[in-house]
Amino acid sequence: MRMKACRSVAAVMMAFMFSGCDLVVFNASGDVAAQQGDLIIYSTVMMLLIILPVLALTIFFAVKYRESNTEASYDPDWDHSISLEVIVWCVPLAIIICLAGLTWVATHRLDPYESLPRISAETAIDENVEPMVIQVVAMDWKWVFLYPEYDIVTVNEAATIVDRPVEFQITSTTVMTAFHIPEMAGMIYAMPGMQTELNAVLNAPGRFPGQASHYNGAGFSLMNFEMEAFETEAGFEEWVETVREAAPTFDRAAAIALDVKSIDHPVEYYSGIGDGLWDRMLNLCLAEGTICMNDMMMVDALGGGGLDGLYNREMFAGICSADDPWALMKLIKPEMAARSEQLVKAIIPPIPGASPFQSLTTVE
Amino acid sequence: MAEPGELYPTAGALVADPIFGKLTWGVFSFLHDPIVMVTFIGTVILGAVVFGLLIYYRLLGYLWTEWFTSVDHKKIGIMYMVLATIMLIRGFSDALLMRGHQALASAGLVGYLPPHHYDQIFTAHGVIMIFFVAMPFITGFMNYVMPLQIGARDVAFPFLNNFSFWLTMSGTVLIMASLFVGEFAATGWLAYPPLSDLTYSPGVGMDYYLWSLNIAGIGTTLSGINLIVTIVKMRAPGMSWMKMPIFTWTTLCTNVLIVATFPVLTATLALLTADRYLGTAFFNTELGGSPMMYVNLIWIWGHPEVYILILPLFGIFSEIVPTFSNKRLFGYTSMVYATCVITILSYIVWLHHFFTMGAGASVNSFFGITTMIISIPTGAKIFNWLFTMYKGRIRFEVPMLWVIAFMLTFTIGGMTGVLLAIPPADYVLHNSLFLVAHFHNVIIGGVMFGIFAGITFYFPKAFGFKLDPFWGKVSVYSWFFGFIFAFAPLYILGLMGVTRRLSQFEDTAYAGYFITAAFGALLILLGIVAFIIQVAVSIRNREALRDTTGDPWGGRTLEWATTSPPPYYNFAFQPRVYERDALSHMKRIGVVTPTEGYSPIHMPRSTASGIIISGFMTVMGFALIWHIWWMAALGFFGALLYGIGHTFNYNRDYYVPADEVAAIERGTPYPGAAE
Repeated sequence: MRMKACRSVAAVMMAFMFSGCDLVVFNASGDVAAQQGDLIIYSTVMMLLIILPVLALTIFFAVKYRESNTEASYDPDWDHSISLEVIVWCVPLAIIICLAGLTWVATHRLDPYESLPRISAETAIDENVEPMVIQVVAMDWKWVFLYPEYDIVTVNEAATIVDRPVEFQITSTTVMTAFHIPEMAGMIYAMPGMQTELNAVLNAPGRFPGQASHYNGAGFSLMNFEMEAFETEAGFEEWVETVREAAPTFDRAAAIALDVKSIDHPVEYYSGIGDGLWDRMLNLCLAEGTICMNDMMMVDALGGGGLDGLYNREMFAGICSADDPWALMKLIKPEMAARSEQLVKAIIPPIPGASPFQSLTTVE
Repeated sequence: MAEPGELYPTAGALVADPIFGKLTWGVFSFLHDPIVMVTFIGTVILGAVVFGLLIYYRLLGYLWTEWFTSVDHKKIGIMYMVLATIMLIRGFSDALLMRGHQALASAGLVGYLPPHHYDQIFTAHGVIMIFFVAMPFITGFMNYVMPLQIGARDVAFPFLNNFSFWLTMSGTVLIMASLFVGEFAATGWLAYPPLSDLTYSPGVGMDYYLWSLNIAGIGTTLSGINLIVTIVKMRAPGMSWMKMPIFTWTTLCTNVLIVATFPVLTATLALLTADRYLGTAFFNTELGGSPMMYVNLIWIWGHPEVYILILPLFGIFSEIVPTFSNKRLFGYTSMVYATCVITILSYIVWLHHFFTMGAGASVNSFFGITTMIISIPTGAKIFNWLFTMYKGRIRFEVPMLWVIAFMLTFTIGGMTGVLLAIPPADYVLHNSLFLVAHFHNVIIGGVMFGIFAGITFYFPKAFGFKLDPFWGKVSVYSWFFGFIFAFAPLYILGLMGVTRRLSQFEDTAYAGYFITAAFGALLILLGIVAFIIQVAVSIRNREALRDTTGDPWGGRTLEWATTSPPPYYNFAFQPRVYERDALSHMKRIGVVTPTEGYSPIHMPRSTASGIIISGFMTVMGFALIWHIWWMAALGFFGALLYGIGHTFNYNRDYYVPADEVAAIERGTPYPGAAE
C-alpha cells in the first residue's frame, strides 16, 4: 500500500513534466525493476527533504539580503555559529544514515546473483519451481540466447513465461557490453571470459525491448532484441516449437559462423545445442585449435611458468573439456589427487550443469 | 543488416613503411568527409588570418619572448585559460554535432553522422572536455591566483611550470591533429579494453588517445607537484595553515589528488600502450589479462579526477560569495575540513562507476555508502555559502550570478549523484541518459559555472579592466536555461530506459525530448558566443571598465592587494599576514603600502626549453601514433638531450634592481624593462 501511495505522490509531482511519456523505470512489468524504481522514488523523496530547503533558502537569502534591501540586517563579521555548524553537518548526516541503511538492505535484497525471494509483491516464490536458465552471449553486435532446458538457441529474440523466475547467465565473445531489459530488471555487464548473472522475472505478458546498454562499437545502437513474456506455459511451449521447427542445429560451426561482426542482425532460430558450446563461448575457445581459458587456468594452477609449464601445457591442454577430466588428471599426475577439492573450487565456477567438472567433487 | 568490415576502414596503411610509417594520402580525413572538410577549411582560413595578423603587427617575437618562453605564473595561467577556451569551442562543436544528429536520428531521419564518425565524436567530446578544457581551466586558475593569494612572487619551480603547460599543449596538438590526419578513438572517453585493444580498435585513433593523454598527463602531474611545493614552502610570513584563503586550501587538496592519482592514469595508459605496441596482455582476456583490472584502475584515477575538477571551483565560490556578500566566509574551519574530507573520501568510491560489473552486494553497498558520505561535506559547503549570504549585503554582479546559478543546479546534480550511488538504482540508471544528465549537471552546474564565475571575477586582476556586465548576464542566463533545456529531457529519457551513445534509433517516441535537448544546446551556444562577445566588447570599452585600484570588487585576500594587472614580481614588498582575509585586515587597520625603500627582487629568467622539449615530445607522440620509428627516436632523444642540456644552463635567475621596482611601482616605465 505504502508503495502505491508513494508512486502516486511521485506521479503527481512529476506529472506536468512527464505527461505523455512512458517512464519505464517507474512502470516496470518485472518485479525486480519495479522494486528498483520504487527505491529511486523513496530515496529521491528522502533527499528532497534537504534539497528543497536548500534551493528555497538560496533564493530566499539571495532576495532578502540583496544590497538594495537596507531593511535586512547586516552583520559583516558574523562567521561562526556552533549550533548552525552542528545542523549543517548533522542533518545531511542523518539523511545519509537513513539512505545508507536503505542502500545496504536494498542492495542485498536486489542482488542480481541471488535467486529471487519473491515473484511479485503479491506472490511468494514457489520453492518447487526451478528458475528458467537462459544463457546470454553478447556477440558483435547481436544477442544470442541459449535455453539448455529446451535445447534451443535464438538470436535477438527471447521469451519467458509470466511469473516464472529467470536466471540469466551472461557472457560475451567479443568486447564488454551490458545486458539490459528495462522492463524486467537493471543491467549487468557481459564480459569476455567472465560469467555474470541476473535473476529476474516478468509479471505481465507482452513484448519488451532489450538492449545493449554499454557502448561496444559501431553496431551498438542497433544491438537490440525483444523479450516476450507469455501468459501461459502453453503459449511458451508453442513458441519453443516454432523455434524448433526446421531450425538448424547450433553446433560449433554454426556458432563460429554466427560470431562474426554484423549490424542489426535479424532474428534467427536454432534447435539443438552442441556439446559444451556455452563453455566454449564462455572460455573463448570457439575457434578450432584455441586453448580454453579454464584449461589454461588449470595449467597455470598446476604451475604455468618455467619448465613445469611447458610440460603442463602439453599434458593438460583441453583437460576441462575432456569427458572425465579428473580421472585423466589423476592418471597423468597422481599427486594432484590430494589437492582435488581445492583445485576444483579454485577453477570451476559453481554453476549447476555448466561444467563437466561438477560431478568430480563427489569422486573423492 | 550490414557488414561492418568494409564500411569502416581504419585510416592509414596496415603495414608501416620504414619512412612514412602508416601515413598514406588516404589518412587526410578532410578529403573524404564533407563535415571535416568544412571544419578544415575554416581552421586553415582562421589560422592563416591569425598568423597573418601576428606577422602584420609584428607580434610573433613578442609572443615568443613575453609569453611562450615566460616562466611567469600569471602568463602561464593566462595561456592555460586561452588554451582551454579554444578547446571549449572544439569540445562544444562536438556536443552540437551530437545533439543535432540525435535530434534528427530520433525523429526517424538518417542524421548526418555514420556510427563510426559519431562514436569518434562522443569520445573526443569527453576526452577534450575533461582533459583539455576543464583541466587547463582549473590549472590556469590555480596558477594565476594561488601564488598571488599566498603573497609569493612565482611558483616554486617556474621552469617546470612552463614545461607543464607546453606538455599539456603537446597533448592538445596531438588530439587536434587527429581531426584532420587519420581518426580519433571510437571507444568512449575511458577506452575500456577489449574494445580499445588492437583486435577491436586497430586504427590510429586509439593511439592518438593514448599518446595525447600520456604526454598531457605528465604535464599535469608535474604541475601538481609544483603547486603543492609552492603552497607548502612559499606562503607569506604569518600565513599559517588555518589562515590560508579557501581557494589556496582547495588548490592544495586538488594537487594532492593530482599527484596521487595521475600516476595511476599514466601507469594504466602505459599498460594499455604496452598491450597495443609491445604485444603484452595486461588487459587481454584471451591471454589471461583482465579488462576488469583496467576498469578498476582507470576509475581509481577517474573518480578523484572529478574532485580535482570541482574542488578549485569550490574554492573560487568560497572567494566570490564573501566578497559579494560583503561579509566574512561562514564556517572557515568547517570549510577546510570539508575540503580535506572530500579529498580523502574521493579515493574510496571508485567502484560506484561499475556496480553493474557484478561485484557482490556487500562490496557494492560499501562503495555506495562511501559515495553518499561525500555528500555530507559537500552539503556542509553549500550550507556555509548559504550562511555567508545570510545577513550579508549581496551585490548581484556577474560572478555572483554564476554562483547562484551554480547553487541552484549543482544541488540537483548532487542529489541525482547520490541516487546513482544506490546500487540497485544504478542497475536501472547506469549508462542511461540519466547518468549523462547527472554528470553534466555537476560538471556544467559546478565546474563550468565556477569557471565563468572565476573568469569574470579575476579578469580585472589579470588585465586591469572588468568584463562587460551586460554580455556577462546574457551568458549566465543562456547557460542556465540552456543547461535546463539540454539536460532535463535527458533525465526524463534516462527514466524511459534510453541508453547513452546511441546514433541510430528504431522508433521515434523520443524525438520531442532530443529536439528539446538540441534547443538547449543552442542556448548554451548563445552563452558561449555571449562570453566571447563579452570579452571583445570589454576590450573595446576597456577604458570605461578600467580598474585602477587593483581591488575592483572589494576583495578580502592578498591577490587584490597588488595592482591590476600585477607587476611580474607580484608584490614589491613581501606581504605579512596576521589574520584570515589578509587584505580585509589590512584595510581595517589602515595599512599604507610604502612608496620607497624598495630592495632588489630575485626572479627567474625566461627559457625556451619548455616549448622545445615539448615540441620534441609532440614529434615523438605523432611518430609513435603513425609507427614512424626513426622519427619517434628523433623526438625522444631530442627531448632527452635538450632536457639534459637545459640542466647545464646556469643563467636561470636575476635580480630586478630596486630602481626598476620603484619605477614600476610609481607607474613610470623603466628603460629596458624587459629584463
